[in-house]
Amino acid sequence: MTTEYKLRRGDGKRIVMTRAQIMEDLRAGTADAAELGSIPQLTEDELDKLADILTAPGRMVGVEEGMEVPVTHDIGTIRLDGDQGNSGVGIPASRLVGMMFHERALGADTMELGHIDYSFKPVKPIIAQEMQAMEVCQQNMIVPLLYGAMPNMGLYYTPDGPCENPGDLMKAFKIKEAQDSTMKAAEHLTRDMVWIMQRMMRSGADGVNFDTTAAAGDGDFYATLKAVKTLRQEFPEMFIEVGMAGELVLGMHGEVEYDGKLLAGLWPHEQVEMVAKAGASIFGPVVNTSTSRSSPWNLARAVTFVKAAVKASPIPCHVNMGMGVGGIPMFETPTIDAVSRASKAMVEVAGVDGI
Amino acid sequence: MGMPTTHILTSGMSGIRAAGDLVARMEFARGMRIKEAKECVAKKLGVGTADLSDEYVMRDLREELGLGVITSVAGAPKGFAAKMNIEKLLGTKINCCEKFRQQLR
Repeated sequence: MTTEYKLRRGDGKRIVMTRAQIMEDLRAGTADAAELGSIPQLTEDELDKLADILTAPGRMVGVEEGMEVPVTHDIGTIRLDGDQGNSGVGIPASRLVGMMFHERALGADTMELGHIDYSFKPVKPIIAQEMQAMEVCQQNMIVPLLYGAMPNMGLYYTPDGPCENPGDLMKAFKIKEAQDSTMKAAEHLTRDMVWIMQRMMRSGADGVNFDTTAAAGDGDFYATLKAVKTLRQEFPEMFIEVGMAGELVLGMHGEVEYDGKLLAGLWPHEQVEMVAKAGASIFGPVVNTSTSRSSPWNLARAVTFVKAAVKASPIPCHVNMGMGVGGIPMFETPTIDAVSRASKAMVEVAGVDGI
Repeated sequence: MGMPTTHILTSGMSGIRAAGDLVARMEFARGMRIKEAKECVAKKLGVGTADLSDEYVMRDLREELGLGVITSVAGAPKGFAAKMNIEKLLGTKINCCEKFRQQLR
């Protein structure tokens, strides 16, 4: 009788597969990434290793001793006191308490301070509050403490912001106007991110985590790269992490270039070159999870992309492994069996420098 | 909370329970990849790279070097004091410590 293993689908639902079915999906997943990114597939040995990780009998797995990596965080303490929108659990704790809890109760390697909205733009009116919070947190914390926020360029478009919405303009076939509006929003975004981080650095921040970069497409990525370059010139010792929003930079503008390279359509192993060139310290590659595919398919695909990014990268890579990315199911409370297996696979097969 | 906690337990370096914060600092400050960062910190601490995630080795070593420990030891360096000792150990400057020194009269 063929042994069956309990695994997960991309939406988190329990599925059952044989080893042969697992290997078939692993091969299909790595082939998909290789074809899309024009990158090498995983070897048969690496696929066997992934299969071993996926079929390990315990509920949880762990990396081999000596292979541990530091973990950085997006959202930070907001996961404690935030609401469901931030995947928060609603514990009414201050951000300082949340940080100390992560450092001293959970053993977090790093932490970050963030505004409850977790976007840069809303920080501007309350910058003094954030500076004060950073000062107080730095007085108490030992682990590296970043300021984290999303570039979230969508907030600069009408009705929330000053620039006309490119989506509306494109619907009216005003392509040039849509592109101009994107670049105008990018200027606002770069200026705001630099302005905010100049003040957070004055308040003792170790650096910044640009989280979900390029969520609004190539203009968003361009604005962030420009902010990274400006901040690196002003603060040579600053810790700068750039985590992406998705595996592919969407061409919402379509023709934006940075340092002579078209940003639309870049895959993780190409994104990292831009991020490193701008002056970031750490890159956070993202690979999206397909909710209708199996965990072997998603994990092999994600590991293939991330392994290529790690190889191409001149800086450390901390892979994004939240809900719906990095081979983890797209579910609000991802199952521990799936998270620990994806985590181990990224360290031991993709060779990431951190998570 | 379950997801980040799972990553910490599966793959993380345990922060100040061991030496995760120190390795993270070298990755950020010097752009070192994981292998180089671990070798650098291990050399400075006089331990092996596998010891960096070993709470048994790091607990007393951190207290001895004043790098901050996870349990609340009365009188032991915390916050800025611990980070200033980390600056000395790693040979790096930490931004908040610089700001603190600039404010002293």
